[in-house]
Amino acid sequence: MRMSGRLPAWVEYGLLPVLNLLAALLLSGVVVRIMGESPWAALKLMAAGAFGAQDSIGYTLFYSTNFIFTGLAVAVAYHAGLFNIGGEGQAYLGGLGAGLVGLACGGWPTWVVLPLGIAAAAAFGAGWAFVPAWLQARRGSHIVITTIMFNFIASALMTYLLVNVLINPGQQSPETRAFGPHASMPAVSDLLARLGITYAPSPLNVSTLLALAACFLVWVLIWKTPWGFAVRTAGRNPSAAVYAGISPARATIQAMLVSGALAGCLGVNELLGSQHRIVLDFPEGAGFVGIAVALMGRNHPAGIIVSALLFGALYQGGSQISFDMPRINRDMVVVIQGLVIVFCGALENMFRAPIAALFARARPPAAAPGGSPAVTPSR
Amino acid sequence: METYTALVLLLAATVRVATPLILAALGGLFSERAGVVDLGLEGKMLGAAFAAASVSAVTGSAWLGLAAGIGTAVFLALLIAIACVTYRGNQVVAAMAINIMVSGLAPSLGLAWFNLGGQTPQLERPGQRFAEIQWPWAKAAEHTRGLGFAYAQIVSGHSVLVYAAALLVPVVSWVVYRTRFGLRLRAVGENPQAVDTAGISVTALRYEASLISGVFCGIAGTYLSIAASAGFVRDMTAGKGYLALAALIFGKWRPYPTLAACLLFAFTDALAARLQGVALPGVGVVPVQFVQALPYVLTVLLLAGFVGEAIAPRAIGTPYSKEK
Repeated sequence: MRMSGRLPAWVEYGLLPVLNLLAALLLSGVVVRIMGESPWAALKLMAAGAFGAQDSIGYTLFYSTNFIFTGLAVAVAYHAGLFNIGGEGQAYLGGLGAGLVGLACGGWPTWVVLPLGIAAAAAFGAGWAFVPAWLQARRGSHIVITTIMFNFIASALMTYLLVNVLINPGQQSPETRAFGPHASMPAVSDLLARLGITYAPSPLNVSTLLALAACFLVWVLIWKTPWGFAVRTAGRNPSAAVYAGISPARATIQAMLVSGALAGCLGVNELLGSQHRIVLDFPEGAGFVGIAVALMGRNHPAGIIVSALLFGALYQGGSQISFDMPRINRDMVVVIQGLVIVFCGALENMFRAPIAALFARARPPAAAPGGSPAVTPSR
Repeated sequence: METYTALVLLLAATVRVATPLILAALGGLFSERAGVVDLGLEGKMLGAAFAAASVSAVTGSAWLGLAAGIGTAVFLALLIAIACVTYRGNQVVAAMAINIMVSGLAPSLGLAWFNLGGQTPQLERPGQRFAEIQWPWAKAAEHTRGLGFAYAQIVSGHSVLVYAAALLVPVVSWVVYRTRFGLRLRAVGENPQAVDTAGISVTALRYEASLISGVFCGIAGTYLSIAASAGFVRDMTAGKGYLALAALIFGKWRPYPTLAACLLFAFTDALAARLQGVALPGVGVVPVQFVQALPYVLTVLLLAGFVGEAIAPRAIGTPYSKEK
């Protein structure tokens, strides 16, 4: 998706994403205007809804945590030249893993249950990503299609399990009983209370720290280890990778395992951190938000943190705005999300080409951007 | 006799469920054969469903609704084509962007315009929907047994869009395999360089194919909201666009096998609805979710080469640039 690697970093990672975001917000403003509300007032209401109170900040960070996990999942696959649309299904299955630990071992000591729950979430997410990955690597099945199919299969499987197997007996809604008392990620407000700081309760929990740690680990893994080098090489140029002694098939499978594990960790934040039971359709589209987050964050952990924060704020602000503007609700945020993907992903050449031309003119010809062919994860 | 009645009703339901799948899959056939991945079927259908229901609710005319549905889907197809063909963006990303945007935009506009929580008003007046067409003698045959009953249920009693979908299959087959346009279409999906060398515009062909897909998705979406039901509801397509894409792959990008795949998938869907809570002799209650997941599992197995082999158009997913 990169036209040339020669743009200065502040343009590549700062100016372009901001321009793309502004274009998306501008168009969303037009939509809000069509709906008969003032875009400026809507923006202010959303900002207030996302950051205006202690608990709303908590919710914003809670949603951001989900989006960091799914954004990282998309990014890791991207570096291997793969487009993982299956984050939704992998997150759903990851929640199953975390939930089963919560149901079965909820009475065990916290320091055993929580690592076990995280490991199970990652393992289940990775497991769900393994089949499409293996099929792509060994049988050449298009991973975009198979991961979409696996989203639907995950949805059917989870509905079956929740309706027929895991449902709490004597209850109508398809959800499990509450987890055991120790299978709960400590809430940030409780931790602060222990330090003598009162903070309004919100679902924000220590999974956020896990997400930040995952960002750091992904950064190290992708850019500072031989494994990351192999994955990126295989993603950029599979035939060159073969000459370098790297197996593209193995890189594909391993990158997808990491990607699925990251998506699966959403289950830790959502279920062990907030719901404390397995409920129907808890990922609520976060897997797809991950696509927008990764594209806007330029597939870099630092960028992903920033754009996950933005989307967390949009989701929290979007659910608050309907109190003051009954014509607008969270669906509007989905529109913004789609527009961000349009401008950061599909139409990114629209801004990039003129800016690259501008820089080429400003600098001596020797430093002009070379036309290295675009590398797209379109396998 | 009871089994026969159940079977006839099941097949009638299959026809109704299959119609939007057939239309969308045929649309996707054009764009995918031209080398453009058509993940946007879902979004185009959803947009058309909303536009058709909105316009029909306001004007009271189902035909104006159809025009609005087609117009909306073609507009969305144009957006995807601009991003993918002109700006050579990633086709998967562009289509997902449209799908996500429409899934938010339709209920947003619905809420703002009709204030019904994102739905459109119920279409109750005559002419607002595509009514079911009764074929000659169908009314009399309905109470007979045997073939008369099947005729009344399966052949007769559908809206005009169902028959349109059935007619479009041979038409598409003829266009793709028997016309100059069809030959060029197939060529541009396999080897765009060769088409370009022959002095034919790759860009124009891919735009045409995308827009045709828009028309088909427009009819499919319209069918969902103002023929099969009486108004638009949130997330109305519910994955039917992806299911149509699966059927297209299952049909190996050819019209008649795609039709067969659509009918098969629709049959499993209708079966799942019928099997809800019914205990089969010897098997017990079959979980509905397993039947629902079947089309997706089958498609994955096919893609994996375990059941036959699905070979996509060779140039699919790669933007074409003359310079290379």
